[in-house]
Amino acid sequence: MAGIDIEGLATVYPNGVRAVDGLDLHVADGEFFALLGPSGCGKTTLLRTIAGLEAASEGTVRIDSVDVTRVEPGKRGVAMVFQDYALFPHMNVSENITYPLKVRRVAAATRSEVASHTAGELSLQGLLERKPAQLSGGQQQRVALARAIASKGKVLLLDEPLSNLDARLRLEARTFLKKLQRDLGITTVFVTHDQAEALALADRIAVMDSGKLRQLGSPREVFARPTNTFVANFIGSTPMNLLPGKVAASSGVEGAPRPTDTTSSQNGSAASSAAVGLVSVAGGSLPAATFSTPVGAEVTVGIRPEYLTVASGDVTGPALRGIVVVAENLGTQSLVTVDCDGTLVGVTVPEETEPAPGTAVALTAPATRVLLYDHDSGELLARQPAPVA
Amino acid sequence: MSTRSLPPTPAYVLRRIGFYVLICAITLFFAVPMLWIASAPFDASPGLGVHWPDWTLENFRKTLEHPYAMHSMVNSLLICVTTAVAVTAFAALASYALSRVRIPGRDALLYGLLLLSSVVTGTAAMVPIFVMMFQLGLIDSRFGVALVMTGGLLPAAIFILKDFVDAVPKSYEESARVFGASTGQILRDVVLPVARPGLATIMVWAFVNSWGNFLVPFLLIRSIDKQPGAVLMQTLTDEGGSVNLQVLPVFSLLFSIPVVVLYLLVNSRYGFRFHGGIKS
Repeated sequence: MAGIDIEGLATVYPNGVRAVDGLDLHVADGEFFALLGPSGCGKTTLLRTIAGLEAASEGTVRIDSVDVTRVEPGKRGVAMVFQDYALFPHMNVSENITYPLKVRRVAAATRSEVASHTAGELSLQGLLERKPAQLSGGQQQRVALARAIASKGKVLLLDEPLSNLDARLRLEARTFLKKLQRDLGITTVFVTHDQAEALALADRIAVMDSGKLRQLGSPREVFARPTNTFVANFIGSTPMNLLPGKVAASSGVEGAPRPTDTTSSQNGSAASSAAVGLVSVAGGSLPAATFSTPVGAEVTVGIRPEYLTVASGDVTGPALRGIVVVAENLGTQSLVTVDCDGTLVGVTVPEETEPAPGTAVALTAPATRVLLYDHDSGELLARQPAPVA
Repeated sequence: MSTRSLPPTPAYVLRRIGFYVLICAITLFFAVPMLWIASAPFDASPGLGVHWPDWTLENFRKTLEHPYAMHSMVNSLLICVTTAVAVTAFAALASYALSRVRIPGRDALLYGLLLLSSVVTGTAAMVPIFVMMFQLGLIDSRFGVALVMTGGLLPAAIFILKDFVDAVPKSYEESARVFGASTGQILRDVVLPVARPGLATIMVWAFVNSWGNFLVPFLLIRSIDKQPGAVLMQTLTDEGGSVNLQVLPVFSLLFSIPVVVLYLLVNSRYGFRFHGGIKS
């Protein structure tokens, strides 16, 4: 078991494309780490560079504190599961699982022992004599995992491990994968383009775009406080509202409601003692935690639909007011789109409480959930540290 | 299907009858030589026509006693096995390299090779090939014949086999690499077994092509005891110079057996999978 250290890593293709562009990353020992990004963002290239299947153009990769940048893939101590599983079609399950051992000339008796043991761990008993073509997608995936585990790598690399499974099986496999990783405690890096998968599985997520790291953090951090509009857009099954706005007051606005104890404990944020600023957006205004941006500055206001509340009747204090346009059923909740002075704002409400289209509503949000991004760069504007009491 | 329920019109019936008569005539045209090969060897008085044989095995005895007939079969086998193995081995290596390594102008190279080989080898290249083999001292050598035929078959073999190798996912090899397999191990354990149907196809194809090749051994082999069956067949005459109708039918039958057997063998194991070289 070992950590991975990546410093200034760049992978440049012969056609000049910088698929990975100066990346620094540390994956801790035993961590379940996700590389997340849209297709073509360089996440798979990064994984393949860690594996040694692509040559790093700049920078270093260290596994277990050993510099492996110029080391052959087979000598790095990595195990990898490919997106198509890459099971050898002419070998049966047992031979597939123990191929890494066969390469190292381990005795046949030991190999069959390892095969049955690993197959037992991954509930593949009774399938050892089958050929890959005779297995279901889920079984094939488990064989690929078994082979990776049997190779006893220090690091497990998974390339889109769940993308070849159908939706129902994917959830099952997700749970299985997370439990397996916990049980083995093996450092695992996996690549995915599915933000829900990354949020569900990973201890930490690296969001990538154009070969660069856009945000690194726990699923909670990445979900609740995206550090730029790219991540804000990418994470979340209902997209974050990103609305043009203007700073109306930077702090301590009179008449602005201070975050109550309930909201702050619910959000677990440090903003309980912070004064509250105000942004005007979409014909209304929303509270926002203190920030240093001057009054009147143009900003992008980010607020997740999940953090907005539909208030019926009159609301005092900052709120967005608008007319319900459409409500989409998402199962246990509904996504309601509200037209606020010409700007469409999404908000989720619990099932069976959806306001009918045409209803006038007011939307409120706790100040800690309202994020402000620089209008031009799209970077999150830093909150001022809470005054020391 | 609705026309079926109606009573067929006389014109329709006539058209169908005409169609089947035509099919029968064509079938007969191709069947007659087959029937001859099947019947004449067992006939006590074989001729050039097809008729029910007057059963005998005398012709087989005559053929086995013929001074060169069976020997030429051995020559054929020698030449064709060498050619088939060489074509498969070289084509496997070349097509693997061409499939996996990006060489600028690779496709142009492949098409050029294929075009030139089909245009240039054979009749057009008779003289230069003879001169070349003469200078190499490979005239009247079975090895020389195998070499020339290998050269002639290789471009098409590479072209066909490259498609098979292209169909082997790269992730198989990468996966083996990550698990520490050397290039040799990857080739032996992964690429060759996966590409085996393609290799078998190419091997049989090369064998069949060289088995029936008349021109190359006819040009390059002088001594009659080194001649393969394809060349010897035209010399199967009796003392008077007319066709030896006792030996020739038997020889023809024996000559066709290896090809049929090979075809059946490969077909039962892999099925013939000619993807053709029309991709990429």
